[in-house]
Amino acid sequence: MRAAFQEKFFGVMRWVVIAVLVVATLFPFYYMLLLSVKPIDNLLLDPGRIWVSVSEFTVDSYRQVLTSVEDGGQGFLTMLRNSALVSIGAVVLTLLVAIPGAYAVSRLRFTGRREVSALFLGVYLFPATLLAVPLFVMFAKAGLQGSLVGLVIVYIAQTVPVAIYMLRNYFATVPVSVEEAAALDGCSRLSIIRRIVLPLAAPSVMATGLYVFMIAWNEFLFALLFLAAEPTHWTVSLGLQQLSNGVEVPKTVLMAGSVVLTLPVVLMFYAAERMLTEGLTSGADKS
Amino acid sequence: MTTLTERPPATEPERRTRPRTARREENRTGLALVSPTFVIVLVVVVLPILWTIVLAFQSVRLVDIQSQGLWGHWTLRNLERVFSSPGFWSSLWTTVVYTIGSTLGSILVGLVAALALRRPFRGRALIRGAMLLPYVAPVVAVAFVWQVLLSPDLGVVNHWGMNIFGWDRPIAFLTQRSYDVLGVPVPMALFTVIAFETWRYFPFAFLFLLARLQAVPVVLEEAAVVDGTTPWQRFRFVLLPQLMPVIALLSVLRFIMTFNKFDDVYLLTGGGAGTDVVAVRVYRFLTARFDVGLASAQAVVLAAVLIVLLGLYFRFWGRRAQEEES
Repeated sequence: MRAAFQEKFFGVMRWVVIAVLVVATLFPFYYMLLLSVKPIDNLLLDPGRIWVSVSEFTVDSYRQVLTSVEDGGQGFLTMLRNSALVSIGAVVLTLLVAIPGAYAVSRLRFTGRREVSALFLGVYLFPATLLAVPLFVMFAKAGLQGSLVGLVIVYIAQTVPVAIYMLRNYFATVPVSVEEAAALDGCSRLSIIRRIVLPLAAPSVMATGLYVFMIAWNEFLFALLFLAAEPTHWTVSLGLQQLSNGVEVPKTVLMAGSVVLTLPVVLMFYAAERMLTEGLTSGADKS
Repeated sequence: MTTLTERPPATEPERRTRPRTARREENRTGLALVSPTFVIVLVVVVLPILWTIVLAFQSVRLVDIQSQGLWGHWTLRNLERVFSSPGFWSSLWTTVVYTIGSTLGSILVGLVAALALRRPFRGRALIRGAMLLPYVAPVVAVAFVWQVLLSPDLGVVNHWGMNIFGWDRPIAFLTQRSYDVLGVPVPMALFTVIAFETWRYFPFAFLFLLARLQAVPVVLEEAAVVDGTTPWQRFRFVLLPQLMPVIALLSVLRFIMTFNKFDDVYLLTGGGAGTDVVAVRVYRFLTARFDVGLASAQAVVLAAVLIVLLGLYFRFWGRRAQEEES
């Protein structure tokens, strides 16, 4: 009796939960998109209208956000370029550093192997704010303050540990015998990595690269600390935040900026969603 | 792990030197391959942390650092000032409440979502993808959307609240310290920030829990069904024990990440209205006063509190695990 009632109850609840979650996750993004194509006056007139009619549809907010500063806009195109440079730089360099590192940690026995793994994960124990103070000073001294290079260096350090962690699990699945066969054929260690391990683990390398891209593209604190005084080097995240501090910036323009910031990373994510989610949680079911 | 090194050397005395050089070569290659990572983590993470600890015990302002050497001006004054500064204890308390609330919230919602989505249905992949959005989207963008959504004058939440639910005035979700709900004061802004954090990070818990749920052997549940259990009992006594290790891991991960979190609170409230978490204070000391010593001391105190809390957590669970074994 009780079982039958519960069966029914949870059967219904399941759909209620799904509906609520879908609305809760999607509505803010819908709202962002909606406001970005609405004239600000119409929004102020009736804030409760959550649709846009053909006659009021406008791309003025986007125009204002994307035009360069010289032409009286907000110059988000430059910021998009900066963000892309920093993120792609971080991805390439992080992978360059993390692939050999992950291979070593997963395959080779060397002194301090365990300690090194622990050290890399320990990175996350300390708050970014703890690093902020000395990095701020160090970069000021090295003349890297306000430069995109400095930011890329920080992003590498922030993402290398998780990249190694993700890649290691995959490298471990490449059969050792394949490598040995290559070694017998006279391959060196580096060419084994390049010719055998990397092609076999390509999906995981892609997934790791995407994850690093996501972290670098979305990062805000270090961009704020290092670049705030240098408007030509602002990333989109920082530029948007600085825009919101400005006087008299309509919310619709702010939302258009948010869309510009969100779109690239979301598009990329969905292009490769499957790889990414599997890469991140592989191993979770083994514990 | 090449077979060369695993071959028992005793049976082939004449090849004894081979394994040893192979072993040495492996060791050398390993160190060489891992060294770039090691160097960058050392320079950009380990050294700065050590330096922060040194700075915490020095009296330094940003302008002095150029002229002043690494050692000198030792003082405990910074720590004294941290502990005696107005709002320190309340800020620490806020951080703890914020962290625990957000950790619990995101895991709970993630668990509910994982349970609801665990059986296949049409469009599940699509919905699963949609639920990851808050986690994937840039924090600056989503924080601003929440600000606009909850804004008292043009936000849709307050508009609906007043027109549909009959609120008599708009609620300033992000700027009001406390709000009376049926005569009980509720820390409004702090609650909103926790809700935001829950919304943004439930997908993380959801992913891990869903992966674990799908690995639970079907026979376990089938057996329970045959025994005439209710769905709740099956969850409580079959699924939950299987999920516990992942939940414990998620709790630690989310706790650490949220405790140190800066962006979310800074962007939503700027640390005002009773949401002044320690990470935001560190930032303020650093940029508003350029007081490096004080900021470092505050950051070190934050890290120390986190380590103590984690220590307590692991001791508690370690003891629990021992008791269960015995």
